[in-house]
Amino acid sequence: MERDLMVKVDHVSMRFNLASERVDSLKEYVIKTIKRQISYNEFWALNDISFEVRRGEALGLIGLNGSGKSTMLKIIAGVLKPTRGSVQVFGSMAPLIELGAGFDFDLTARENVFLNGAILGHSRKEMEQYYDDIVDFSELGPFMDTPVKNFSSGMISRLAFGIATIGQPDLLIVDEVLSVGDFHFQEKSEARIQRMLSGGTTLLFVSHSIGQVKNLCDKVVWLEKGHLRAYGDSKVYCEEYENS
Amino acid sequence: MSTYIQNFKKFRPLLEELVSRDIKIKYRRSVLGVLWTVLNPLFMMVILSIVFSNLFRFDIENYPVYILSGQVIYNFYSGSTSSAMSAMLDNAALLKKVYIPKYLFVMSRILSAIIDVLASHCALLIVMIVTGVEMRWTIILFPIPLFMLVLFCFGFGLILATVAVKFRDIIHLYGVFTTGLMYLTPVIYALSLLPDWLYRVVRLNPITNYLMIYRDVMLNGTLPDPMHVLVGLAEGAVMMILGLLLFAKKQDTFILNL
Repeated sequence: MERDLMVKVDHVSMRFNLASERVDSLKEYVIKTIKRQISYNEFWALNDISFEVRRGEALGLIGLNGSGKSTMLKIIAGVLKPTRGSVQVFGSMAPLIELGAGFDFDLTARENVFLNGAILGHSRKEMEQYYDDIVDFSELGPFMDTPVKNFSSGMISRLAFGIATIGQPDLLIVDEVLSVGDFHFQEKSEARIQRMLSGGTTLLFVSHSIGQVKNLCDKVVWLEKGHLRAYGDSKVYCEEYENS
Repeated sequence: MSTYIQNFKKFRPLLEELVSRDIKIKYRRSVLGVLWTVLNPLFMMVILSIVFSNLFRFDIENYPVYILSGQVIYNFYSGSTSSAMSAMLDNAALLKKVYIPKYLFVMSRILSAIIDVLASHCALLIVMIVTGVEMRWTIILFPIPLFMLVLFCFGFGLILATVAVKFRDIIHLYGVFTTGLMYLTPVIYALSLLPDWLYRVVRLNPITNYLMIYRDVMLNGTLPDPMHVLVGLAEGAVMMILGLLLFAKKQDTFILNL
């Protein structure tokens, strides 16, 4: 039996206008328009990409730098709107695109837990339930009332990871975050992702480490310069990718 | 439409967090804390009323109260719109990484400004009591002008935020604009002093209208002219609709320009 559809990416194309020089002030705009200097280079970061992810699957996105992996994730996460095509996500989503993006560095860790939780759409009450779990995972018990600006980058990643992975989201989006932190943290976060997977969470995973992709994912989408090079079983294409 | 409402419900906690963060950060490490929202307009009022009742001598009854009421309204307008204007730019890092309905940031700036204006409104009440201004029942109508002004500022803030993403230097221009507009609003002078042509110009300013309604209910103890209320409501509603339409149309392009 086919499992329910979780993410449907339908003929997605993304175009960026790369202004040859970035114009972000009215003065420059007026001057350049008069001088007719504004020219745009069109750049298609993604070209007609289609794939589907079903509930409980783990899908890896692989490709070289600049192949459009992060753009694809951002479109799925709803940060970017595709120029053409559409993306539908059925269910709740926990994006782990950049750890600590939602932190306010002047606030304490405790306040940031609630702020960051709210950014992900969780109410204060929900966050209170998970609060101990987050402190536990991030091992920051004694530092919860310290402003985050005094934290080390490792501490920030731990806290952010702890917040982003509470509960059981339907879809977890992970972009390279596992490559930060020490060995201990990497193991711990991988275990946490594994636990969510066995609980039925769908995973979208981007990493340059083919080993991790092979470990975690059962399918891959292979992007090359914005085109879909291959889509299918992870073992087969990971090897092909390594040999290419 | 119902998806919009659902989305708003989902992110309501974020709105609360954003507003409480704004307030916390503003007053963290200040001894007097939130009291500053009351003290700030009070000090300004003292300075302005000393300057203008000795230097220029406007013949206005209860001049300190007159000036303070003007400041309550005008500072809300200029403060809320300028902070709404930079809402997208200040949160660029976040907007690029996570999906959040973007209008939420503009809304949170306006809400924080509302808290400030309520504090300075209380400052006005205190000064009215201290200086023995007669208080009429109409002061309970103060939410009417404030509500219309909030609509206006929210709409205008959305427009400014949209424009500022594309053209950063608007932020500096707007600082000059608000200073200029203050002199086209009867904050420190009385409308009756103006020559006819200037009077007409000042009356065109929507903030003048809101301020007149506010002074009617707070100081004059009279009901506002229904025509003024109607105009004020229309201006607020039109500004808000324009703001929402422009913002909705342009919001998907913000990321590309931030």
